[in-house]
Amino acid sequence: MSAAAEEGNARTPWALTAPALMLFVGVLLIPLAMTVMLSFHDWGQYKGIEPVFILKNWHEIATDPYYAEMFWRTFRVAILTTLLTALLGAPEAYILNRMSGRWKSFFLLVILGPLLISVVARTLGWALLFGGNNGLVNKLLMTLGVMRSPIPFMFTETGMIVALAHVMMPFMVLSVWAALQRLDPQIENAAMSLGAGPMTITRRIIMPQIMPGVLSGAIIVFSLSASAFATPAIIGGRRLKVAATLAYDEFLNTLNWPLGAAVATLLLAALVLIVVGSNALIERRYAEVFR
Amino acid sequence: MRRNGPLALIFHAIFVIVMVAPNLVVCLVAFTPEGYLSLPTNGFSLRWFRTIANYPEFIHAFWISLALGALSSLVALLFAVPAALAIARYRFRGRDALAALFLSPLMIPHVVLGIAFLRFFTSAGLGGSFAALIIAHVIIVFPFALRLTLAAATGMDRTVEMAAVSLGAGGWTLFRRVTLPLILPGVISGWALAFIQSFDDLTMTVFLAAPGTETLPVRMFLYIQDNIDPLVTSVSACVIAITMAALILLDRFYGLDRVLAGKGDTGR
Repeated sequence: MSAAAEEGNARTPWALTAPALMLFVGVLLIPLAMTVMLSFHDWGQYKGIEPVFILKNWHEIATDPYYAEMFWRTFRVAILTTLLTALLGAPEAYILNRMSGRWKSFFLLVILGPLLISVVARTLGWALLFGGNNGLVNKLLMTLGVMRSPIPFMFTETGMIVALAHVMMPFMVLSVWAALQRLDPQIENAAMSLGAGPMTITRRIIMPQIMPGVLSGAIIVFSLSASAFATPAIIGGRRLKVAATLAYDEFLNTLNWPLGAAVATLLLAALVLIVVGSNALIERRYAEVFR
Repeated sequence: MRRNGPLALIFHAIFVIVMVAPNLVVCLVAFTPEGYLSLPTNGFSLRWFRTIANYPEFIHAFWISLALGALSSLVALLFAVPAALAIARYRFRGRDALAALFLSPLMIPHVVLGIAFLRFFTSAGLGGSFAALIIAHVIIVFPFALRLTLAAATGMDRTVEMAAVSLGAGGWTLFRRVTLPLILPGVISGWALAFIQSFDDLTMTVFLAAPGTETLPVRMFLYIQDNIDPLVTSVSACVIAITMAALILLDRFYGLDRVLAGKGDTGR
């Protein structure tokens, strides 16, 4: 079979992708469909799961304020985490980009490396740093005079956001970094030669160009934070529930699988809507940058 | 291009310190000679690393994680390499949809995947089994295996292949002797990145693992939920050391920025 004939054969690509396609249909699409169906089933303490079609779980989520509060907390934490990573990660990516070769790759490794280190280990580090009222973070902040009395980080949303922002930061730096690679340094020089000051250059030249990078980084950070499990579970403790930890509880402690499935389905649906919607918005707004 | 001013460098220094601090603290506390959580102030001790030996469940979990990562990444590649070749070389109907489907595990929250697999494997009678863990991990590492293989297959020089074909090579021989060696760096890096992803996954695995099939992150998580003591820091220090070693290898082999670039851009 010659290469040309190979290209011409319409069945070859399907034959090559068929195993993976069957795998994905069999053990990804079917389980996901089963989960959506599960959310419409009934459950009782003694009877277990009953395969009937009722809206009980969805009704409970819609009417019980506990779930509204929990979802609101989930998205509030995700939004604040996203803001924090954008405010700190974007300038850092810009500073990194201006460094000379060897330092640049060294610090990239230092900042992006944690992406691959276990989330459990990284969150444990924050639990150690926070550690009650006399944790290292509080001691440092008081020594620096930032505040007078210690503030609680463990089992609070503040602690959750700080630790999550640390976990998600590499995604933001990476995303802005990618946008900066497309930026022509000559434009900055041109602006300078025309008399623009540093503030003007940042605001008028750099910001508009890295904005798509910041926004696509924000989408990644937001969707990962909204569905994060390990960090909210360890820092938030047993009381401060977010969507992922609540679903975990329903599945492995309460054993109310249908309700847990409904929480998970709602989380998935909300995230898909938000991600797809904002992607479309960004692409329309910045169509010329992506071209 | 302007240089970084002093303010920028101060910001950079604080940023890097904050990024490194949590991992550093874990590694330092692991060397404490005390019986409680503290930074080692009077000497370093390996006491808590030796203590790991008294907890066979951590050692067992480590072997489970290692086997799971190695096997699931390998199986994912068996499916991903042909799929990557098809997507890289052919323009066919449904190509974009297929690529989107194969990358979709990046977009679906792992907690949702965990729930879906728990439901699925329990109904299939495989709940809590090692086989179920392997299949689930194949799905979550597949995008990483696919993406790096795809990059290698797209950038490959096809004239060598054509030369082989003109000399009479075809089918399996062509793949094994010509194509595979050419895309091998991408395939190996794909395996390594997939391995790290599998080795680190907690959120999905915590739903599927049962006593006996608990992976290291699951074991550590369950332990931390009860109490935090120096033991779990020494285990974490070992995990960090292993990941760093894998990272450095990956960096030498392929370039870390290339591996990570686009890792997160699941939206587009």
